[in-house]
Amino acid sequence: MSELDTTPPLMRVQGLSCAYGAKTVVRDISFDLWPGEVLAIVGESGSGKTTLLNTVAARHMPSAGHVYFDLRDHGLQEIYAMSEAQRRMLARTDWGFVHQHAAEGLRMNVSAGANVSERLMALGQRHYGQLRAQAIDWLERVEINPNRIDDRPDTFSGGMRQRLQIARNLITQPRLVFMDEPTSGLDVSVQAKLLDMMRTLTRQMNLAAIIVTHDLAVARLLAQRMMVMQNGQAVETGLTDQVLDDPQHPYTQLLVSSVLQP
Amino acid sequence: MTLHSTNTQPMLQMNKLSKQFLLHLQNSTALTVLQNFNLTLSPGECVRLSGPSGMGKSTILKLAYGNYRASAGEILVRDTDGQYIDMTQASARAVLHLRAHSMGYVSQFLRVIPRVAAIDIVAEPLLENGLDLVSREQAREQAAHWLTRLRIPEALWQLPPATFSGGEQQRINLARSFIKPRPLLLLDEPTASLDPVNTQTVIEMIIQARAQGVAILGIFHDDTVAQQVVSRTVSMLPLETQ
Amino acid sequence: MSQNNPIESGPARDPHINFAYLDERTKRMIRRAILKAVAIPGYQVPFGSREMPLPYGWGTGGIQVTASIIGSTDVLKVIDQGSDDTVNAVNIRRFFQRTTGVEVTTDTTLASIIQTRHRIPETPLREGQVLVYQVPVPEPMQHLEPREQETRQLHALQEYGLMHVNLFEDLSHYGHISSTYDYPVLVNGRYIMSPSPIPKFDNPKMHLNPALQLFGAGREKRIYAVPPYTTVESLGFDDHPFEIQRWESACELCGSKESFLDEVLMDDQGKKMFVCSDSDYCSKRQVAP
Repeated sequence: MSELDTTPPLMRVQGLSCAYGAKTVVRDISFDLWPGEVLAIVGESGSGKTTLLNTVAARHMPSAGHVYFDLRDHGLQEIYAMSEAQRRMLARTDWGFVHQHAAEGLRMNVSAGANVSERLMALGQRHYGQLRAQAIDWLERVEINPNRIDDRPDTFSGGMRQRLQIARNLITQPRLVFMDEPTSGLDVSVQAKLLDMMRTLTRQMNLAAIIVTHDLAVARLLAQRMMVMQNGQAVETGLTDQVLDDPQHPYTQLLVSSVLQP
Repeated sequence: MTLHSTNTQPMLQMNKLSKQFLLHLQNSTALTVLQNFNLTLSPGECVRLSGPSGMGKSTILKLAYGNYRASAGEILVRDTDGQYIDMTQASARAVLHLRAHSMGYVSQFLRVIPRVAAIDIVAEPLLENGLDLVSREQAREQAAHWLTRLRIPEALWQLPPATFSGGEQQRINLARSFIKPRPLLLLDEPTASLDPVNTQTVIEMIIQARAQGVAILGIFHDDTVAQQVVSRTVSMLPLETQ
Repeated sequence: MSQNNPIESGPARDPHINFAYLDERTKRMIRRAILKAVAIPGYQVPFGSREMPLPYGWGTGGIQVTASIIGSTDVLKVIDQGSDDTVNAVNIRRFFQRTTGVEVTTDTTLASIIQTRHRIPETPLREGQVLVYQVPVPEPMQHLEPREQETRQLHALQEYGLMHVNLFEDLSHYGHISSTYDYPVLVNGRYIMSPSPIPKFDNPKMHLNPALQLFGAGREKRIYAVPPYTTVESLGFDDHPFEIQRWESACELCGSKESFLDEVLMDDQGKKMFVCSDSDYCSKRQVAP
């Protein structure tokens, strides 16, 4: 149990609320996230889950509450108290963000290789041969044929684009990845491949992740913990299998019972 | 494999455990499945939960594993450092920790993960959370050992278990739990779908585990199997008499 | 106009127009912008670009910079692609003759202000000279990141990964960096700047140049500067460093092997010859090689 007590959380969210004008879309959310943990935020449209993700990922100012991240060597720091430069640095190195639509998370007009190595170049790597070798390595890890390295993502299928997005984010070995509906809109077989890869990578790299999804199967497959959101509030939080197999809250019970089983 | 601990303190203790399902979608009907249940389980024991179906046997296992949430009472599980954690109060993180180090669970059904090969499903517990206790190759080797022991044809190792028979899936489930020994093992009908040959293998596996100090709580439908592995039986009675 | 005659005839000074066309307040505004630009080498300073008597795309930025710094004792040279007698160069020179009456020249060594489009003179410049560049697109990352709000952030935070993405792309597709002009440079170790569409051949000339280099973009309303003796490094990779162009032949007219050569087609059969782009440099070498 000692290991449980001493490891600090990687991220701590306290009393977070977000509003768009007079409308509060996220209310009083709190949770901790430890290294290597995957948390799924589940809810239907309008639940506030995407806003919550964006706020926690420093992309949208909260109206109340705090978001702390454990900076290497510096301990937990409030991310909204950091300078813009620090936040952007964080977003480029220690964090990843996988968008629902790959086009939002990629540069569609440059090659796959350039997309994957951009973060390394941003960090000052200047050896073309090595950059290219690392890009090839990562393309292989996400099961994209390395001979597509010079092709542009607009020639890729949806599933390939998502995998490219993942490679682009993971190349700097981030400790935390945010994902916004990463498998929505993809064919089922493609989803399976992607989810499997995400599972493998999160385990291999001891990656922590916060995944927003409306798909309970994705939550069950990828996340150890789950938060169910309704109208901006977290109605139930806990172990994924417990929340899905023994739902307590009426909304959770509704959600779980509504899922079609093939 | 050895479970290093010579600790003979109970691995699991359930005190006044109750479980009630509140079905909000059915006019908030309350369904009581368990009431004031008590149990103590020590290393080396294999305790059988017996009784007619619907008495809450599987529920007890799921409560112990944290898959279900208790309505009242406590569930104490001994952690690797000798301290007890009450599952009913534990944080998600604590439960995950216990599952990784102290508790194994073989359910009746294998929850199939698409696309992952059988051998990798079995190897997975050794590679959890980047712990890298062993390398991927070593994990696969050990998985191969267990798959062989449970007579899964090698041709199936690279295939995802979605299309396997019920018995084959159950053996994958068993291999996955036995590959990483933990001091507490929860078994839900481990031989239900197995033929006599494989049933015998599982019996041997359970006996070996007990000898190494594993505490086992199980549901066995087959009395002849139970006779060979069980050290004590707890009979589940209808609720009115609990 | 003869290449050997440094002083040419042109329009007389028109007394009805304010000196150098711009009103004094505008000149002051532009000078303040220039001062700020000089204080922050390579940084693009916005300025209130005025309506000029020629359309955007014809050097209005360079003209406004020149107009703000020129004085009656200055000697002005105007070149376009290295030549003093293209239409553009002639028109700009005549504009300044008419609005300032200053002495004009084709001789690089005699000029105090040189306004240029797309080339740096071959003859090395000296302290006290000012080189004014005409710039179409001041933002080096424009085609990769069209939002100015974003590029300003990138410059401010020194986030220049994107520039290297561009070079990476070139290497992947062509095996070498394909930009041959407007090749981006790092100024004073801080800001990445577009040197204007000069050939990359000229980039090294910017480095530690004793002259003051000013850049004006009229349509985009930006001024930037490289003060004398400032470091200017062309971007590249460790294993693919920046290289200038080389020709196999020498200039047909003066025999120079060091200057930037233009390719001139002689006839319809494709016969061509290579000639120095810098007309002043070439003619001087013909007289005294």
